[in-house]
Amino acid sequence: MSLATDHNMAPAPLVAEDDRRATIGLEYMTYEDLEEFGRELDELRQEILDDLGQEDADYIRRVIKVQRGLEVAGRGLLYFPFIPPLWLLGVGSLSLSKILDNMEIGHNVMHGQYDWMNDPSLNSKRYEWDIVDPASNWQYQHNFLHHTYTNIHGKDRDIGYGLLRIDEDQEWSPYYLGNPLYAFVLMFIFEYGVMLHDLDVDRAKEGHETWAEFRERNRPALRKAGRQLAKDYLIFPALSGPFFLSTLAGNAIANVTRNVWAFCVIFCGHFPADVETFQQQDAENETRGQWYLRQLLGSANISGSKLFHLMTGNLSHQIEHHIFPDIPSRRYPQVAEKVRDMCERYGLKYNTGPLSRQLGSVAKKIVKLALPPRK
Amino acid sequence: MARTRSTRGLARRLLASSFVDSLTTPHSIDRFLEHVHPMLTVHDVRARVVEVTHETGLASTVVLEPNDAWDHFTPGQHVQFGVEVDGKRRIRCFSVSSSAYRDDGRFSVTVKVHPDGYVSQFLRHELRAGTLVHLSRAEGEFVLPATVPDDLLLISGGSGVTPVMSMLRSLRDGGHSRPVTFLHYARTRDDEIFAAELDEIEASCPWVTMVRVYTRTPRGQDIEGRFNVDHLKHLGHDPADTPTYVCGPAGLIAVVRDAYDEAGAAERLQLEYFKVPTIDLDAADATGTLTLDDSNQEVDNSGNTILEQAEAAGLTPEFGCRMGICHKCTTRKKFGAVRNVISGEVRADTDEEITICNNVPVGDVSVAL
Repeated sequence: MSLATDHNMAPAPLVAEDDRRATIGLEYMTYEDLEEFGRELDELRQEILDDLGQEDADYIRRVIKVQRGLEVAGRGLLYFPFIPPLWLLGVGSLSLSKILDNMEIGHNVMHGQYDWMNDPSLNSKRYEWDIVDPASNWQYQHNFLHHTYTNIHGKDRDIGYGLLRIDEDQEWSPYYLGNPLYAFVLMFIFEYGVMLHDLDVDRAKEGHETWAEFRERNRPALRKAGRQLAKDYLIFPALSGPFFLSTLAGNAIANVTRNVWAFCVIFCGHFPADVETFQQQDAENETRGQWYLRQLLGSANISGSKLFHLMTGNLSHQIEHHIFPDIPSRRYPQVAEKVRDMCERYGLKYNTGPLSRQLGSVAKKIVKLALPPRK
Repeated sequence: MARTRSTRGLARRLLASSFVDSLTTPHSIDRFLEHVHPMLTVHDVRARVVEVTHETGLASTVVLEPNDAWDHFTPGQHVQFGVEVDGKRRIRCFSVSSSAYRDDGRFSVTVKVHPDGYVSQFLRHELRAGTLVHLSRAEGEFVLPATVPDDLLLISGGSGVTPVMSMLRSLRDGGHSRPVTFLHYARTRDDEIFAAELDEIEASCPWVTMVRVYTRTPRGQDIEGRFNVDHLKHLGHDPADTPTYVCGPAGLIAVVRDAYDEAGAAERLQLEYFKVPTIDLDAADATGTLTLDDSNQEVDNSGNTILEQAEAAGLTPEFGCRMGICHKCTTRKKFGAVRNVISGEVRADTDEEITICNNVPVGDVSVAL
């Protein structure tokens, strides 16, 4: 098949003014190897894209059905605070529902993993999730900035979220003495952290926009947050009449449970020991192979059961997710086999471990980096 | 019956209310109801296929029983018709062919098989009674005015007969009795969709002047061959004072339009045609027109990505990575085929979302930009 255009190369995300080559991955392999590495992954990607079909569609619909069921059941059971086991069951059910909504459904749908289905209710541009942060802000910060410039200092705002010192290459200041405390608090209010992060206050602070523009840009976000807060803390509690407070408490616990869980999973995906970060100049003019390699070196997996993977939204396969962010998450185990094999062949570390170990590694880092680097 | 209907109406109004919306936010109530039963949606139009019948000339009529989210259609309108195959919803635009006076609430679309038409093939060969289809509400301006004018002229060619048939059936069932001329072109009688029913209408409706022209098998009547302006003269119609509706292939429409333009009667003419995407994957050079629909611009396809062509035309569409991973540039492609520059995959469905940073048009493409 002849192409009607020469435009058959993916543009490099970071382009240097001169034509020097990016140095990412040279400590592991040659430019030729990098080329081959990229080609292998492109091939794998195509293999999976060609294979997408009814099973993938059925899978996400099944997850959604379970999530909707858990949500309805949870909200219903919260009206029985006088039968404590039922109420507790309601809290659990609503918590699970919010976790599924945010992780296996929302996060993945908004990555465009199901755009190929052409179903408006599973479309990356239209989907909204059950969290205060609106989809559009998140997509810009997460899908675009974080997934394109993964772990590049000065470009990926997810390195410490402008709040934490999570990498040795972030300069220490006395502010970071509070590192463990900030992380601990963030864990409980994670959804507001995400929202604040995505409001991007820095843009106004650093003068890239006026405060009026900042307010205008973020008006939809505040509206979305308002609706979320009204639903959980006003309308559903009010509907339960005399049980206003217990319903409100149940909803709050469900939101916090989701926050703690999401925080743990996400921190384990990027911040355990051995995860690499990069300098901007090393990534400029990178090839597709180098882009893939940066994703691999910048992510970490969590091992666990099938159910565990589901509850993490398959972000336990963070490496595979970063390599192919828009391929349906249920395919990540399949991708993982090939990626592990490639890691072996190319002498790369495949960063994975159980939740406890990855979490421990993250915690250790947060504490250690609170202190100034030893000379 | 009346009570059931009004109770249902009340329930629907409640479910569609902003109060319910505030309970189900950020999702619509439909995203819950559909799990109880797929036809139970309040906003999304869905229908169950009741019957698929094969007409002559490789056309199929699909009778649909829509759910309550469907409101009426006006004869001449079309619907977006979506079927799910291998997990993917494929959408095509089909005109409603049935009478607006069916009292069972059902309606039909009639579709001719197109050799490259995935959905039309599917309709003919695979679609069974009981299948659920996704619909839009009825759309389109190709409709008769509330007061149907005297001396109405309906011209159709080939499968363009479907919306006109819906008009004719509705006029008949609605007790219309003012003169209507029905001028239809088909290649042969075997190719003619609805031939038997047209015979029947001809026999039973004295107010219809029915003229059917078979372009490949002349019948020795005064009017033969493809449409030309003499056909109107023979029928005693002056374009200047005959409200005319024409639907058919681009060729027929062009000739009719020229005739009316020449007579200075362009405003008398309503026309409708459905484009079929032209896909030439072997073309070495970029062909066709890229229509930037929301901004009313047309540019010659330069072979670059849609994002680049839109930018060259002065637009500033949203984009992110420009490498197809972040989906920030996802845009609705309304019509035509595009090829992904990285994977080579070609997507040709009507109304589907594509990333514009890594897709190039193949032939004529229209996008919502």
